[in-house]
Amino acid sequence: MAFTENIGGATLDGLAYLGGLAKLGASAARAVVMDVFERRRLAYGRAMHQAMAVGIGSLPILSLITFFIGTILALQSAYELRKFGAMQFVADAVAISVSRELGPLITAILVIGRSGSSFAAELGTMKVNEEIDALETMALDPVRFLVAPKLLSMLLMMPCLTIWADFMGVVGGAVFGMAAAGFTFKTYIIATLNALALRDIVTGLIKSLMFGLVITTVGCQEGLRTGLGAEEVGRSTTGAVVKSIFLVIMVDLVFTAMFYVGIG
Amino acid sequence: MDEFNATDAHGSAQAPVLSIRNLHVAYGDREILHGVSFDVLAGETVVILGGSGSGKSTLLRTLVGLESPTSGEVILRGKNLQQLSEGEWRDLRQHIGISFQSGALFGSMTVGENVALPLLEHTQLDPATIEIMVRLKLNEVGLSGYEDYMPAQLSGGMKKRAAVARAMAMDPEILFFDEPSAGLDPIIAAGIDQLLLKLKEAFGITIIVVTHELASAFLIADRMVLLDKGHIVAVGTTAELQASTHPRVRQFLDRVAEPELSQEIDYLQMLTGEVPRPRQ
Repeated sequence: MAFTENIGGATLDGLAYLGGLAKLGASAARAVVMDVFERRRLAYGRAMHQAMAVGIGSLPILSLITFFIGTILALQSAYELRKFGAMQFVADAVAISVSRELGPLITAILVIGRSGSSFAAELGTMKVNEEIDALETMALDPVRFLVAPKLLSMLLMMPCLTIWADFMGVVGGAVFGMAAAGFTFKTYIIATLNALALRDIVTGLIKSLMFGLVITTVGCQEGLRTGLGAEEVGRSTTGAVVKSIFLVIMVDLVFTAMFYVGIG
Repeated sequence: MDEFNATDAHGSAQAPVLSIRNLHVAYGDREILHGVSFDVLAGETVVILGGSGSGKSTLLRTLVGLESPTSGEVILRGKNLQQLSEGEWRDLRQHIGISFQSGALFGSMTVGENVALPLLEHTQLDPATIEIMVRLKLNEVGLSGYEDYMPAQLSGGMKKRAAVARAMAMDPEILFFDEPSAGLDPIIAAGIDQLLLKLKEAFGITIIVVTHELASAFLIADRMVLLDKGHIVAVGTTAELQASTHPRVRQFLDRVAEPELSQEIDYLQMLTGEVPRPRQ
């Protein structure tokens, strides 16, 4: 009995958590739209500041990681393709797996580590320092003031970072292609372009938007739910990273399944 | 006469700016405030005194709408807080200012930006006017020239002053202070007391202070409310409290330590949640 109760309780908690995320996401999205219409002064500045932190700050490490991932993918696919004398398909394998899956996913994991955790730590510290209470008592909505700029910057930057990750992954694959598969850089890029359909890029970008939504809402929800004390901030930050990674993988699964069923 | 109804110096009744009626507040199953009632008149300084765990900070958080009561009423500027719409809350909050225990300045903004924030958000003033107002507010609290400092660069006392300047930004009618002198040395704490007295004199603001610092309380208060374990023990002027013979009031004012739990029955009562009998 206790076992089933535990499962039921955990399921309800999980659903309540997802409900909280949906509510936070909806409030933040509404605040973004209202701010654009009402031409508020602060939101743009804060969103730009966040976008710089989320986007530009991640570029060097993202470039490096996705470059290596591209090379690794080329090596792994060459391992099998070589047996069939089909090394010219290395470019196709890298292009499709990077644009549809690994580009958005690696970008998301990196952004979780850099920005999702920092959202939780920032909001958690503000909660502990009574800054969130101060905002509320000044009649400033913490969601509009703190979460909305983060959501806006994340929705703008995630697709940009994903495109960049796709590009660097292809370049990483090209290095192997040139070294061991008889490509020149130009022929590798042409082979990549021929292999890719627009829908490969678009499905990756749709995923990246959803990942951005998940990372922002989980990071901010964990931060806003921080208890009292510095220890709780650490717990929120860890929670934000672990839950974001899990939910990003779940969202990835759902969307990949939907694209498979829907458009092949 | 109802002991909780405030009267002015001449004894004539005046409409209170804040009225608390039979307020109960609980965190989960644990009730913190057990039926608190008192009034605050316009322009007076009321100090809510109490030891740690007396419920005074919870009371303050309830008065500014950060906690919801389980029952009872808080009537602030003639509005029942439990019946306010979101818009009415927004309006009301522009007439109150709160200085938190930690200062609660936004760490990512300069002192000037902290003070300017409510003005930027709630008024249509142009940036030049806001800049002048920020300078004025910082001057009022003795922080002229600190506009461009980050909160982390300020000392504890300066942070409190900057928080007061931010709380004053919208020219509120009521100012709430949570432990204004907590964590400050006696000289800086005395400076904060002087600042409160100056604000009261210069602007006639209603001030509600939560503290456990007796010296500060007797210096700034017109009236005092003594809370003990979620109950009001005494309400009155500083002179009335000084003259009180109530054992808990005397214990608090005379700084007498809690009696030792010397008998087994006391430990049993403590474990079962009953209050041990004070010993002679």
